[in-house]
Amino acid sequence: MSEKKCIYMDNAATTKTHPDVVSAMLPYMTEYFGNPSSLYDFGQTSKKAVERARQQVAQAIGCGPEEVYFTAGGSESNNWAIKGVAFANQKKGKHIITSSIEHHAVIHPCEWLVSQGFEVTFLPVDEYGIISPESVAGAIREDTILVSIMFANNEIGTIEPIPEIGAICKEKGVYFHTDAVQAVGHVPINVDEMHIDLLSLSAHKFHGPKGVGCLYVRSNVKIERLIHGGGQERKRRAGTEHVPGIVGLGAAIDRSVSLMYESNMQIQKLRDRLIEGLLTIPHSRLNGHPTNRLSNNVNIMFEFIEGESILLLLNQYGIAASTGSACTSASLEPSHVLVACGVPHDRVHGSLRLTLGEETTEEDVSYVIEILPGIVKRLRDMSPLTPDELRSKK
Amino acid sequence: MYSEQVMDHFMNPRNQGRLLNANGIGEVGNATCGDIMKIYLFIVDSVIEDVAFETFGCGAAIASSSMATELIKGKTVDEAWSLSNKAVAQALDGLPPQKIHCSILAEEAIHAAINDYLRRSDLPERKE
Ligand SMILES: Cc1ncc(COP(=O)(O)O)c(C=O)c1O
Ligand SMILES: [Zn+2]
Repeated sequence: MSEKKCIYMDNAATTKTHPDVVSAMLPYMTEYFGNPSSLYDFGQTSKKAVERARQQVAQAIGCGPEEVYFTAGGSESNNWAIKGVAFANQKKGKHIITSSIEHHAVIHPCEWLVSQGFEVTFLPVDEYGIISPESVAGAIREDTILVSIMFANNEIGTIEPIPEIGAICKEKGVYFHTDAVQAVGHVPINVDEMHIDLLSLSAHKFHGPKGVGCLYVRSNVKIERLIHGGGQERKRRAGTEHVPGIVGLGAAIDRSVSLMYESNMQIQKLRDRLIEGLLTIPHSRLNGHPTNRLSNNVNIMFEFIEGESILLLLNQYGIAASTGSACTSASLEPSHVLVACGVPHDRVHGSLRLTLGEETTEEDVSYVIEILPGIVKRLRDMSPLTPDELRSKK
Repeated sequence: MYSEQVMDHFMNPRNQGRLLNANGIGEVGNATCGDIMKIYLFIVDSVIEDVAFETFGCGAAIASSSMATELIKGKTVDEAWSLSNKAVAQALDGLPPQKIHCSILAEEAIHAAINDYLRRSDLPERKE
């Protein structure tokens, strides 16, 4: 083989930090290392940078800067939103509504709350992964204090009917949280128009740095602290600010929101070509919604073969992707998202997720369309499940 | 994550395919757990003259099947029976801890194939 290619198609896992974002961050790791809580000028330089980033986030999602709280990423934001609202409002009730396809950073806090005496309804989804607003309306009770529904799913890319769900929550007077980690920078968001009360986001999913994110909390929402300590973030989230990370988050959100339209047009065209090309492989199927999906998400299931072995062979060709197979997960559980969509277990193992990005080219897509059929065929020839008509003639 | 041995057996699996003259076939695992292994044996005078495998599963499952077939080819039924999953994993220069179950499948598939052969020959099946 000639020089090994590197085709990164796992942008839902994380994205490359953009060079402009890196340059915005660098001075805050070198020259401007001051603590934003310090009085002297050069602490104040850091403070100004944090406040500027807060402004950038506020502008991106249509909220006030005083409603933005920086955290250590999507997982912390989700934990804080769910536990914080649960504990602050338990006098009103102990019932929470979420879905069966949430990220583990929502599902596990909810399960933990059950062990603490709360009650959680995990709403089902249809075959495309859509949560119907009617099912949310039907599940809200007198004692419901929070609805948490993700904006877009990280595995299958399905975009949920957020404005409709938000309107229902508003009408019923229940707080509405959305895990928008996969949506920010890819889907236009306005927390007022969509009636969102709390929103989680994470910088590394839109070309910002890892380990920094934020939680938007509408000003009237009652929420307990998750991290107790110093008085940072208006006494709501302790800890010396991760200034370079926060600056990077601000620069990244600004950049991706302003480039969103163009970038989506370009990526979606590539996505559709890739889907069309891969579906010519016999016994393959698209997972997720055909149109209500993130512009960068391709998730295809190939019958009779297993995902990890697909990934290993793709890696031999320099292609980086992901799967819902149990064999690659630490828990040895197949993707709960695909299972919730009604995909039979044996087919869940054969799912392949390719998530495109700003740097994906026409050539990359052509290359994957060229390489993948051979990989599928090779593994099918090896599998005891493959029907004879799909096997190579000997 | 995987050793060079595992990658070699995954990329160039030995004895992969079906054995048309097999007189002992064993299939273990299920699609729910994510790995299925099928071993074909052709046994003559208690010696494994030929062996083949088909596997639905991860890299470790495929490499374990390939290695296990190599280790029992030409051996007696007794020797093949006593092949442990540890020996398979060792021959592969180790497997990640969460992948040990894949090498257990190889041992179980060989046992199932040997018992199938014994059944077909009207001989008593073996336990441990
Ligand atoms: C939908 C969703 N929520 C939450 C997270 C967790 O975010 P982080 O990695 O920043 O903790 C992720 C990232 O994997 C995600 O995709
Ligand atoms: Zn396995």
